[in-house]
Amino acid sequence: MTPESAIQLIKLGHSCMIETGAGAKAGFSDTAYAAVGVEVVQSAAGLFEAADVVVKVRAPDEHEAGLLQDGQTLISFIWPAQNQQLLELCKSRGATVVAMDMVPRISRAQKMDALSSMANIAGYRAVIEAGNNFGRFFTGQVTAAGKVPPAKVLIVGAGVAGLAAIGTSVSLGAIVNAFDVRPEVAEQIESMGASFVYLEFSAAELPDGAATGGYAAPSTPEFQAKQLAKFRELAPEMDIVITTALIPGRPAPKLWTADMVAMMKPGSVIIDLAAERGGNCDLTVPDEKIVTDNGVTVIGYTDFPSRMAAQASTLYSNNIRHMLADLTPKKDGVIAHNMEDDVIRGATVAHAGEITYPPPPPRIAAIAAAKPKEKIRELTHDERRAKEAAAFKAQTRSQFTLLGVGGAVILIAGLFAPASFMQHFIVFVLACFVGFSVIWNVSHSLHTPLMAITNAISSIIIVGAVLQIGSGNYLVILLAALAVLMAGINIFGGFMVTRRMLAMFQKS
Amino acid sequence: MDYGFTTAAYVVSAVLFILSLGGLSGQESAKRAVWYGIVGMGLAVAATLVGPGAGNWFASLIMIGIGGAIGWVVAQRVQMTEMPQLVAAMHSLVGLAAVFIGFNAEIEMARVAAMQAAGDADALRLLAGFAAKVAEKSATEINILKVEVVLGVFIGAITFTGSVIAYGKLAGKVDGKAKKLPGGHVNNAVALAVCVVAGGLYVAGGYGMLALIPLTLVAGFIGYHLIMGIGGADMPVVVSMLNSYSGWAAAAIGFSLSNDLLIVVGALVGSSGAILSYIMCKAMNRSFVSVILGGFGGTTGPAMEVVGEQVAIDTDGVAAALNDADSIIIIPGYGMAVAQAQQSVSELTRKLRAKGKTVRFAIHPVAGRLPGHMNVLLAEAKVPYDIVLEMDAINEDFPSTDVAIVIGSNDIVNPAAQEDPNSPIAGMPVLECWKAKQVFVSKRGQGTGYSGIENPLFYKENTRMFYGDAKKSLDSLLPLID
Repeated sequence: MTPESAIQLIKLGHSCMIETGAGAKAGFSDTAYAAVGVEVVQSAAGLFEAADVVVKVRAPDEHEAGLLQDGQTLISFIWPAQNQQLLELCKSRGATVVAMDMVPRISRAQKMDALSSMANIAGYRAVIEAGNNFGRFFTGQVTAAGKVPPAKVLIVGAGVAGLAAIGTSVSLGAIVNAFDVRPEVAEQIESMGASFVYLEFSAAELPDGAATGGYAAPSTPEFQAKQLAKFRELAPEMDIVITTALIPGRPAPKLWTADMVAMMKPGSVIIDLAAERGGNCDLTVPDEKIVTDNGVTVIGYTDFPSRMAAQASTLYSNNIRHMLADLTPKKDGVIAHNMEDDVIRGATVAHAGEITYPPPPPRIAAIAAAKPKEKIRELTHDERRAKEAAAFKAQTRSQFTLLGVGGAVILIAGLFAPASFMQHFIVFVLACFVGFSVIWNVSHSLHTPLMAITNAISSIIIVGAVLQIGSGNYLVILLAALAVLMAGINIFGGFMVTRRMLAMFQKS
Repeated sequence: MDYGFTTAAYVVSAVLFILSLGGLSGQESAKRAVWYGIVGMGLAVAATLVGPGAGNWFASLIMIGIGGAIGWVVAQRVQMTEMPQLVAAMHSLVGLAAVFIGFNAEIEMARVAAMQAAGDADALRLLAGFAAKVAEKSATEINILKVEVVLGVFIGAITFTGSVIAYGKLAGKVDGKAKKLPGGHVNNAVALAVCVVAGGLYVAGGYGMLALIPLTLVAGFIGYHLIMGIGGADMPVVVSMLNSYSGWAAAAIGFSLSNDLLIVVGALVGSSGAILSYIMCKAMNRSFVSVILGGFGGTTGPAMEVVGEQVAIDTDGVAAALNDADSIIIIPGYGMAVAQAQQSVSELTRKLRAKGKTVRFAIHPVAGRLPGHMNVLLAEAKVPYDIVLEMDAINEDFPSTDVAIVIGSNDIVNPAAQEDPNSPIAGMPVLECWKAKQVFVSKRGQGTGYSGIENPLFYKENTRMFYGDAKKSLDSLLPLID
């Protein structure tokens, strides 16, 4: 919880308490909390006693779990698959446990997806950490003292962390390549300014990664062989390698083997974000930075988010705030645990004295199955010519038909109608033609002025009325006078309003 | 003055009218174009007044003076958001004038016929103006004249009642929803048949006014019923269609009076309105007939289900995104006109541009209730016209845009037109704002647009709903842009 999110929580009707010194490492002092109305409690135990909802970051230890009370809600990371014992303990205390790491990966739940928030930070920090251990600039420069080549960065795995790392290294000016087993993320990678490393495969051989909730499935042996061969090819060129590949519920795949590390230039840096699950690189030692014999630094830190405490706290507290907002739909400060809600159901691992893990599959598919893209085939020169010729022919044909029909109609009219009519008729047809060709050129933005001005000039009907007003019949004079009056309104009004409108159109 | 002078003056004014319409191809030349129109009109009226056939010019001048004064005052006072109503109201005047002139032609014809029947040669010689021309006509010519009168009166009456209803709908005095009397289009068909019969009786049967007045009334009913059946977003088509009709009515009257200038100008206006209607229909991917007959075409299957939720955002969030964005596209719609938010939009644009951001406007051809309605509103609020772009010019720029702001438009930004082949608006060209990195939709509530179609845009992941009255929302946003 940050002081800022506390304000939001209080708006939801909750009252907030915090353990003394909890925000210190992220730069939030107790007084800052007190200033926005948060009660600072002296010990964790006191907090567990007083609060209805306890929010933590890491999973509770046995002692803390023992402090839980019946009906209390605990929100934190739990890792239920690995922590069966803890779940049992929480269940026996009758508490409701919401695991932030179990939030389903659907669009609606993105705002409370703490894993994504943390992965984002890890990706960013990985680049910073790499830069810290890399002896050169990221960006290429031509300086008075000589030319500096840009750093080449390879990012393996384009999940949230991978994409964050791509964005950060691109903005530092490096040349970035990225790889992922899901070919459909190529577009995302390219949108971030990196180039996607393609393996040469026919479409049928590619695995359908989207089927497993947005995570890559373990690939086929052929695929893995191709992938490693590609990495071997790239290894000597790369200055910085950031690996982020994880498969849910399994150890991290080994993608960056010892021989690849040996091929890399001295001074290169490898950041292994999968170190907690054994690492993507053979040489990774979790939580440590090692330097190999050929001078390559391999970093296996597992606490990247903690290295950016302020940012991590802010994002996590926002995730928590969104979670609490969903748990208190009425904004009255009362937790309504709605097990019908996909998101809440998915995240809840213990509720009302029962273990509710694993959750049923969410009703909404996490990611729509990627539709195969239809490629618009570039037309060859000949085809284009043929198409143009066909279009020209069609146009000619329709014009000839129109001319023929129109001509025939006029001829028939001419056979029966007297000459005086035909004279006017010719004028009419020509005027229509002129009208059509002139109006097509009118700019779209001037359509309203066009209507106003055509309105004004259609009052030319006044001429007809003026011709009749001289009649000897009083009824005719009256009607003609009224027509003149109305046309007069139109003429002046139409031109006036057109001028007003056109005067408003100004160039910047 | 003799006949030659009048004709020469007519030729000059016809040329001026053509130049005047042609000048509307650009904003700068348009300012000159209005003067061409004014001079052309002045010349035409003056030449008619002094030319042969005119009499009683004193009465004419008084009437023009009174009418001109009314027109002047109305044009000065009208708000730019009221333009659609004003245009519709003006069409109705042209329609009514056409009906009156048609009646006059019939009265004169009857008078002349009576004199000819009585063999009153002296009276015939004394006839002046239009009546004199009628007296010279042969029997076939009289019949053609009658056909022309029928056409003029018929089109004029439809234009009149249709425009009055369109005015009422646009001004909010008549319920804007599409409504039909029981029987629907059968009523129109029957009315049309009655008109044909009445016209036939008038031309061939010699019933005179007895046939012409019912024809006028029934044609008036067609105009009323036709426009009552069309509503909401189809109004731009209606207005341009009525514009076209008023032109055709003038042309038909020109035929009856054997006046070439009337024919030329009527044809110009008629084709102009027809083209505008065509452009509007094309922009909605609908055929002219289906618009006129009202209602949307039937759907061919169940609409695609919309997944996700509408996520709201507050003023601070929008302001933060705008402060971060480099390129912004604003998409105004009828909602902006309703909320009178154009000044606020302009102010927002000014502030954002002052910070060096690229701000542009994307205008869909059918945005608003009149062709080009949005352009006029933005121009009134002093948004420079060179940043206001039409759909085809800006659609491909959305993917490289940081923020798209949708203000009071709905169907013209509906991705269902492209994504869902079963949607009633499938195939309609739309502004692809959802391709921008972020989309904010300023909207009063969660309702659907005129077409009643759910808009998947509101459920997209990069869309945030900025609920509230457009003007109030934007005003609260302004101080936060720094």
